[in-house]
Amino acid sequence: MEVVKIENVTRIYKIGAIETQALRGVNLTIANGEFTALVGPSGSGKTTLLQMIGCLDQPSSGRVFVDGKDVTSLNRNQRADMRKGHIGFIFQFFALIPTLTAYENIEMPLLLNGHGANQRRERVMELLKAVDLVDRANNRPDQMSGGQQQRVAIARALATNPTLILADEPTANLDTANGEGVMEIMAQLNKETGVTFVFATHDPRVIKYARRVVTLRDGLIVSE
Amino acid sequence: MIQTFKMAFRDLNRNRRRTFFSALAVGVGLALLMLMASVINGEMGGAIEQAINLQSGHIQVRAATYDENRNSLKWEDLVENPDQVASQIGALPPVQAATPRLFASGFLATGNDSAGVRIYGIDPASAANNPYRNGMLSGQFLTPDDSAGLLIGQPAAVRLHLKVGDDVSLSINTANGSVDEQTFTIRGIFSTGTYGFDNGTVLMPLAKAQAITQTQNHASTIFVLLKNTADTGSVMTALNLSGNLKALTFTDMNPLVVEWEAMAKSYIALFYIIILAISASVIINTLIMSVYERTREIGILSAIGMRSGRIMSLFLAESSLLAVGGVVLGWILGTAGIALFNINGFYVGNMGINGILISNTIYAKPVMADMTNLSIATFIVTLLAGLYPAIMASRMEPIAALRAEK
Repeated sequence: MEVVKIENVTRIYKIGAIETQALRGVNLTIANGEFTALVGPSGSGKTTLLQMIGCLDQPSSGRVFVDGKDVTSLNRNQRADMRKGHIGFIFQFFALIPTLTAYENIEMPLLLNGHGANQRRERVMELLKAVDLVDRANNRPDQMSGGQQQRVAIARALATNPTLILADEPTANLDTANGEGVMEIMAQLNKETGVTFVFATHDPRVIKYARRVVTLRDGLIVSE
Repeated sequence: MIQTFKMAFRDLNRNRRRTFFSALAVGVGLALLMLMASVINGEMGGAIEQAINLQSGHIQVRAATYDENRNSLKWEDLVENPDQVASQIGALPPVQAATPRLFASGFLATGNDSAGVRIYGIDPASAANNPYRNGMLSGQFLTPDDSAGLLIGQPAAVRLHLKVGDDVSLSINTANGSVDEQTFTIRGIFSTGTYGFDNGTVLMPLAKAQAITQTQNHASTIFVLLKNTADTGSVMTALNLSGNLKALTFTDMNPLVVEWEAMAKSYIALFYIIILAISASVIINTLIMSVYERTREIGILSAIGMRSGRIMSLFLAESSLLAVGGVVLGWILGTAGIALFNINGFYVGNMGINGILISNTIYAKPVMADMTNLSIATFIVTLLAGLYPAIMASRMEPIAALRAEK
């Protein structure tokens, strides 16, 4: 079953009189349980494509379906609900809330989804165990290493059992060992839970983990 | 909700110094408002109290034709058998004291100095004259049968170089339009703490005043003090006056004080707006800075599915916490300031406003309703000040917010 379906999507950014075409008519289908890498040089459009799939941005033309739902016509709050219920994000810069502990960062999507206190506690502890950070539960981001922060971000992305996790350059700010560790956890979770992972990267060490590689160049998919 | 406030508290705690000074700005604003309201209340209340105690009483009963500005001493302009009228009024339960008084104009002269004065013929035994009795600085208070003594206010005594026991020549208008002159001895010097009254008033026993002005058994007014100011209306209704008498309330007799109070309230409302606007601008500035600093965080929250309304509520929670902090600080600073001015007051001396008796020292008199209303107003204004930054944060596109520099 397909989790993501992209039909002839374009994205044009306008800065003053200058127009930049980030996507030039992309068609892509991603099936449930895939572990897919979007690769390509900087400016190829992989981050833009991830943002379209993640309902963070809207295409200039074309349509994007997530979990069978056309997300191109959704308003701001509907897109927020879509992200909350169906999509988890992992960003290059870890993207944790600095005032919250590891526990609370993971708990946040569960709170937004209206889970009860006991349910939240069980789920957060389960995820902390999965990313091997139980002893860091009460640490804030500035008290953790980059690798630990990214593992918290993975746990947060998984918190609500989304069907799709999008990761934008998840290892770009990590050293080799931590980068490998993060990718192993992601691959393991993909295997164990069957959640679909789509990640953008140009790091060959990361690409080797992917079971499917989609290459973009100048806003177009050039190979699979 | 709890989580929102927890996050808001931690966000504020992130930059403690800025948060403290923002709350302090709100607190100082509220403290100033509370102090100003208390001082104005003390000043206005004091002015009305002084006017009632020293000059007008709560009610005065006069002859219908009496003109206060002319100090008329013609018998037809005066109250006949004033003791009888006073005792009838004094029998009403809300009345604390009712006493006849005779007012006349005169001219006081010593060997070297002279001054125009207003003469009060008073019944020395009446409790209504306690403000004068309690203000005696030297000498003795009058006795009803003293036919050659008078009391003089301290500023006038200083100006005329008079002390207790000195003789003075007093020229005084009489009922038939002529002027009589007699020598009196200064029995005492008083101070009511109100320059405007003490500087030009001379007190003498009513009997002597009636004798020298040839007004026999007449008085300018029946001066009525009530136990409670709120009873003024009911006592006015209960007065059963004959056709040639009229009754006036303290608001009728002190129009300047009433007008001045209204004017003061308008001015203070303007000050309130200015101070609240300054507090609001500090909060707006603080929260806008906070929004810009946390642009990426707003993007993250939005990315994980936080709706615009909830992002807005996060910033409103911050402004409400700042408001609570500001109100608490405002109460601490405000009550300290009010306590200081309530105990010590501040000396204003002679403010030189004719027609209004203002005490030389003004004391802050807090009114709980004012303090509560000002606190609520400060809280609401601070909360509203957070609205613009909150809307700004809630309208950020997640993609643009995520691109922001860390």
